[in-house]
Amino acid sequence: MTYRGTPDTNAVGRRVRSGVSHVLLIAVALLFLGPLVYAVSTSLKPADEVFTPTPELFGSEIRWQNYADAFTFAPFGRYFVNSLFVAVVGTLVVVVASSMSAYAFARLKFRGREQLFVLFLGTLMVPQEVLIVPMYWLMQSLGWVDSYWALILPWAFTAFGTFLLRQFFLTVPAELEEAARVDGCGPIRSFLRIMLPLARPAIAVLTVFTFISFWGSFLWPLIIVNSVADKGTVPLGLAQFIGQQGTQWNLMMAASVLAMLPTVLLVVLLQKHLVRGLLVTGLGGR
Amino acid sequence: MVSLNTPTAAPPGAPAGAAPAGRRPALRRDGRYAGLFLAPSLAGLALFTLFPTVMALGISLFDWPVFGERTFLGIDNYTHLLNDPVFRRVVLNTALFVVLYVPLNVVVSLGLAVWLGPKIRGRQAFRVLFFIPVMTPMVANVMVWRLLFQPGGLIDTGMQSWFGVDAPNFLGSSSWAMPAIVAMSIWQGFGYNFLVFSAALDQVPQSQLESAQIDGAGPLQRFRYVTWPMITPSIFFATTMTLITSFQVFAQPFILTQGGPGVSTQTIVMYVYNQGWQFLTMGLASAAGWVLFVIIMGITAIQFVGQKRWVHYDV
Repeated sequence: MTYRGTPDTNAVGRRVRSGVSHVLLIAVALLFLGPLVYAVSTSLKPADEVFTPTPELFGSEIRWQNYADAFTFAPFGRYFVNSLFVAVVGTLVVVVASSMSAYAFARLKFRGREQLFVLFLGTLMVPQEVLIVPMYWLMQSLGWVDSYWALILPWAFTAFGTFLLRQFFLTVPAELEEAARVDGCGPIRSFLRIMLPLARPAIAVLTVFTFISFWGSFLWPLIIVNSVADKGTVPLGLAQFIGQQGTQWNLMMAASVLAMLPTVLLVVLLQKHLVRGLLVTGLGGR
Repeated sequence: MVSLNTPTAAPPGAPAGAAPAGRRPALRRDGRYAGLFLAPSLAGLALFTLFPTVMALGISLFDWPVFGERTFLGIDNYTHLLNDPVFRRVVLNTALFVVLYVPLNVVVSLGLAVWLGPKIRGRQAFRVLFFIPVMTPMVANVMVWRLLFQPGGLIDTGMQSWFGVDAPNFLGSSSWAMPAIVAMSIWQGFGYNFLVFSAALDQVPQSQLESAQIDGAGPLQRFRYVTWPMITPSIFFATTMTLITSFQVFAQPFILTQGGPGVSTQTIVMYVYNQGWQFLTMGLASAAGWVLFVIIMGITAIQFVGQKRWVHYDV
């Protein structure tokens, strides 16, 4: 045993160290929050007070009006509706398609199952950047350039969802289903009535991650959308601001904060589930 | 199995005897259902992933303008890339980003995860906090940092009022632009690895750390000999994933610097985008995309071969 000092001073030392540690951690957290606070602060300032000689948290007034103005300065209303539509429909397709294939891989016995599953996982390796050129050509051939179809369908079939839900289905005790099957319940009914309701937590995780990745996606919309005012999504709308003379930074920040808001709410509200889902699959993010 | 519609009446031993007889027809039936269940995903992946992957290779062998005549070139697009000083620079820029970003990301996230340890109160709050920019739209994050780095932005005014000096024009300077992009990316991305590492650290048994302490091991030794071996799988996983995604960096330079000044921060994905949708030369864009794919596969393979030396799965 190597006690340094008596147990008493040791405890005091520990408390001091933990106090210092906490103060430092809070400093790190504040530093980390800096950019977000700066964004919110700028979004509430009058236009001519964005750049001041010294850092100011507040301008001469708190201009909530900026948030309304952002919607008239650029068609952000339209962008939000488009993004929401694309993200909701895309998420629906992902959840339906992946829960079905996940069920097949987890529960049905068929020849070549393992090989097919490896092929599914293999598609995860292909980066989006390899796909965009042929995908653009494919969209041209289908006449889908500048359409909602093109924003939604190409990325709505991913092995990620299949993998995540398969992992969950495998944890469901087989007896539950066998009992139902003995009752004369076929795979379709057992999938709909037993597995899907049980998988609600895993489906929630998949839903949130898919929604968030559609919501934030940038490269593909940048390529496939020609009429930004009509089919533009929120990230495209934000990027439109760059390079404009005399960027309206306060409106810009208001729009950015609004774009972040839904995802921040989802993360804060569903934190426990998301963390678990993320670690189970080891994927997510971008 | 249809006859067994009154299972409540069956004695406890009956299902066991009935199962083998019922398994074979069930298997055949399963096959048909499997087709049904797999159809949407299979069709979608075939059309939108497998076919384009192969097609990308095909397009890369052509002079393929967005509109107009296509001509077969063989490997000319690839030799063009090798001899294009811009492409060479772009590969170097991307490599520089990766070399700066990946180790820093791992050090910051692992450092904070170790520091926060399993005992600190409010740990969950930190996890959520650091995770927020991982999930918020990248473009919105980058926009905020563009303002932050701007002359007259927060960093500049902060330095003026506290130190009395102007900040460099980060985004307009060829020596500062890349570090600025890396700094922004670390802020945005480390929360993910932080989560992975803090979950791994939670799994290290407290009892082993305590007995090492009793044996006289200091904090560094405990980390090196007890904690480290147990978290190497997570570190391997995190570095591999971070490596893969960092080669694909796009939105940060695209919005912060547009690849400038000059081409000093242009990345491979920006090059693909520019060739394809600014210069409308799809063949060259596709070839550059495949080069990126090969680089990523190579690095991943090296990671997997190298892991045998330092990753412990058996502890």
